[in-house]
Amino acid sequence: MTPSTATTSAAASTNAAAPTTTGPTATPLAAADGPRGRRHLLSSADLSLDQVRAILDTAAEMHGVQQREVKKLPTLRGRTVVNLFFEDSTRTRSSFEIAGKWLSADVINISGKGSSTSKGESLRDTVLTVAAMGVDALVIRHHASGAAHQVSQWVDAHVINAGDGMHEHPTQALLDAYTMERRLGSLEGRHVLIVGDLTHSRVVRSNLITLKTLGARVTLVAPPTLMPSGITAWARAEGFDLTHDFDAVLPSADAVMMLRVQRERMSGGFFPTAREYTVGYGLTRPRLDTLVAANPDVVICHPGPMNRGLEIGADAADAAQSLILDQVSAGVAVRMSVLYHLLSGNDDQRRVPRSAWADTSDGRARPAAPRSAGASTAEEGTA
Amino acid sequence: MSTLLVTGADLAGAGAQDLLVEDGRIVEVGTIRSAKGADVLDADGLVALPGLVDLHTHLREPGREDAETIASGSAAAAVGGFTAILAMANTSPVTDTAEAAERILDLGRAAGLVDVVPVGAVTKGLAGEELAELGLMHRSRARVTVFSDDGHCVHDSRVMRRALEYVRAFGGVVSQHAQDPHLAGPHACAHEGELSGRLGLPGWPGIAEESIVARDVMLARHTGSRVHVAHVSTAGTVEVIRWAKAQGIAVTAEVTPHHLVLTTDLLTGYDPTYKVNPPLRPQEDVDALRAALADGTIDAVATDHAPHARHDKEHAFVDAAFGMLGLETALSVVSDVMVGSGLLDWAGVARVMSQAPARIAGLTSHGQALAAGSPAHLTLVDPTATVTVDRSASLSLSRNNPWHGRTLQGAVHATVFGGRVTAQKGAIA
Repeated sequence: MTPSTATTSAAASTNAAAPTTTGPTATPLAAADGPRGRRHLLSSADLSLDQVRAILDTAAEMHGVQQREVKKLPTLRGRTVVNLFFEDSTRTRSSFEIAGKWLSADVINISGKGSSTSKGESLRDTVLTVAAMGVDALVIRHHASGAAHQVSQWVDAHVINAGDGMHEHPTQALLDAYTMERRLGSLEGRHVLIVGDLTHSRVVRSNLITLKTLGARVTLVAPPTLMPSGITAWARAEGFDLTHDFDAVLPSADAVMMLRVQRERMSGGFFPTAREYTVGYGLTRPRLDTLVAANPDVVICHPGPMNRGLEIGADAADAAQSLILDQVSAGVAVRMSVLYHLLSGNDDQRRVPRSAWADTSDGRARPAAPRSAGASTAEEGTA
Repeated sequence: MSTLLVTGADLAGAGAQDLLVEDGRIVEVGTIRSAKGADVLDADGLVALPGLVDLHTHLREPGREDAETIASGSAAAAVGGFTAILAMANTSPVTDTAEAAERILDLGRAAGLVDVVPVGAVTKGLAGEELAELGLMHRSRARVTVFSDDGHCVHDSRVMRRALEYVRAFGGVVSQHAQDPHLAGPHACAHEGELSGRLGLPGWPGIAEESIVARDVMLARHTGSRVHVAHVSTAGTVEVIRWAKAQGIAVTAEVTPHHLVLTTDLLTGYDPTYKVNPPLRPQEDVDALRAALADGTIDAVATDHAPHARHDKEHAFVDAAFGMLGLETALSVVSDVMVGSGLLDWAGVARVMSQAPARIAGLTSHGQALAAGSPAHLTLVDPTATVTVDRSASLSLSRNNPWHGRTLQGAVHATVFGGRVTAQKGAIA
C-alpha cells in the first residue's frame, strides 16, 4: 500500500480554496513516527508539552462545536476511520465514533474477537485485512498491552491507541487533563491524587506521563497489592509519590481521580472484601467532607464506569466538585482534536486553512479555526 | 565399512590430534599418516568436542508438523553440532505412553541425523494429576529415562514426590519446569519488575521458579531421588541449587543460551520473538547464570528449542506463543559469551554441552571422551569464525529466532554422528 492516496486527495480538495495561511505556528501532532513514516498516538510518552498543548487547545475549539445545533465540520470528509475494538467498550468507542462523525469522516466500528494462541486469526492478519480496505486511521482497543504498538508496525494507517490492556490509554489522559484544566486552570504544581486499582489500570500509566508533562504533582494511592510491580523504582525515576494512606494526602489535593476497582479482583486476593476496600480507599461521604473542607475548589474525576458504593460514593460522584460528566463531554472534543491533528493535512503536516472550517454544507456552523491549525485570527480563536 | 580420518583437530582444547573412525567408532587417536580408502576431514585449526547433547528440545511432531517435524528438528540439530537431542513430551498427543515414545524414537531413526531420545510425560496428558506410565515408557524400546511435563510445572507436591520416588526404581530423573502456577499463571509473560509494571505485562516473578526449586530439592533429599531443574532463569534459583549441592542432594540443572545473554529490556517493543517461558530476566540474573555455569552449579546448557509457526507469534504479546529457536545457534552463543569471556575453556564447553547432559539423561553412547573405542559422535568447531545469524537460513521450519542479525564468534564446522558426517558449514552433508 502506498501512503494513502485517500488522504492526499481529501486534503487537496479542502485545500483548493485557499493557500496555506501563515498563522501562529503551533506544533502539529507528530507523535511516534512509525516505521512506515506514519504518525500514531500509541503512548502518552509520544507527546511533547507543545503537542499536548496543541491538542488541548484544538480540543477547546472542538468543544465549542459540540454546543452548536449543527455539529458537523467537513475537516475529515473523505477519510475513513475504523474503530477496531477487541474488548467491549461503550464510552470510548462511541466517543471516538461521534468525534469522527462530527469531523465528517466515515467511521466504521468493528468488534474483533480476542484471540489466543493457535486459535483463530492472528492479530496481524486481522488488522491487515481491515487496513487493506483502505482505511486512514485505526482506533484500536485491545485487552493486551502493546497491541496498538504492534499494529502500528504492520499497517500503513495512522494508529490511535484507545486502550491497550494494562498499558496505556493516551486519549483518556488528554481528556482528563483537559477537563481538570477547564476548572482548575493550569495544572502546573497542582496536586493530583490517583486512587484505586493501579496495577490493572491503563488510565494511570497514561496519566502519570501526561500530568508530568503538564507539571502536575502526582500521588498514587492504593493498597500494596494494587500497585504495579516495581512501582517504587518507577516513582523514584519519574518523580511521583506513593502512599497507602488515602486520608493522609486527602487535604492537600487539588484533584482526586478515582479509578474503577473490579469486584473480580477480590478473587485474586488483591483485597479481602468490598467493604474493607471502601473503608480504606473509597471516596466516601466523610472523605468528601474532608476534601471539600480543606479545598473547596477541589475536583473529582473518574474515567468510568463507576462502581458506586465501592470506590466512589454517590455523594462524591454527584458533588459540585465532580467532573465526571464533563470528562465524557470533553472526551469527544479531545478525540476530535486528536483525529484532526493526525489526519488533517498530510504527512508533510500541511495545515488546513481557515476556509475549510467555515465550509459547511448549510453554512450555519462556522467554528473558529483551531489555533493549532495555524489559521486562527484573534477574534475567532477563542475557546 | 566406512572410514573417516579427521586430521589436526584440537581435542577439546588439549592439543592437535588425528582421529581415525571406522564403523561408527573411534579406533585410533594420535598422529595418523594415512588411512586407506578413508574420507579425510581436514580439521586443522578446529576444536573437536564430543557430539553435543541437548537435554531440552521441542519438536512439534506429532501435532504441529507445520512448525517443526522430527526430521526438520533433527536437521537443525545436526547443523548446530548436536548428535543427540531429547524431545520434550508436550506434543499432541502427549508422549505419555510407551507407544508414543517408540514412535518418536522410530521417526528419529528414520531421519537418521541425530539420536532423538523421547522424554516421557510425568503425568497423563501433562495434567499434573495422575502419573503417566513411567515404567512402561522406560521398559519400551525408547528406554525413556528423563520425564518432564515441561511447559507445565508438576506443582502438586504429592504428585512430584511420588514421581521422584517412582522413577528411582529404574534410575529415571524428573526434569522440572519450575513455575508455581499460583505465583505465575498462564498469562504471566514478563519478568516481574519495574519494566513489566510500566509495560502493563503480567509479571512472572523469579520467586515462582525459586520456591518450586526449593521445594523440589527438599523432596529430592527426602526421597533420595534425583531431580533436574530445567531452564534455570534466576540468581535465586542458582543460590538454592548451590546450597542443595553442598548438602549432597542429587540435583542437576540446565540453563538456556538465551538466558545467558538476552535480557528483559528486549520486551520494550512488545516483540513476541522475545516471549519465552521462563521469561528473559535482568542483567543481574544473566550474570549469575553465567557464573553458575562456569563453576558447575549449573551442569548443562540446554536449548529449549521451541519452534512456532509465524502466525502463532503474530498475536498481541500476551496472546502469542512462548518460545524461541535455539538448536542452530547454541554452540555459537556459548562460544561467544562463555569462551569469549574466559568463563569456560573448550573442555568446559565439552562438559556443559555434551558430557554432563549425556550423564544426566543416561545416554552412555554420548558424551564420551574422544578416545579409541568411543562412539564416533563429534562436533568440530571453528573458534575463530564469526557468524551473523540469519533466520531465513534456518533448517527449522520456524523462524522465531531471537538471534537474527546478531554476530557471534565461534561456529560449528562439521558434525559427525556415528562416524558419518551429518552436517558441514550450516548445511546437511
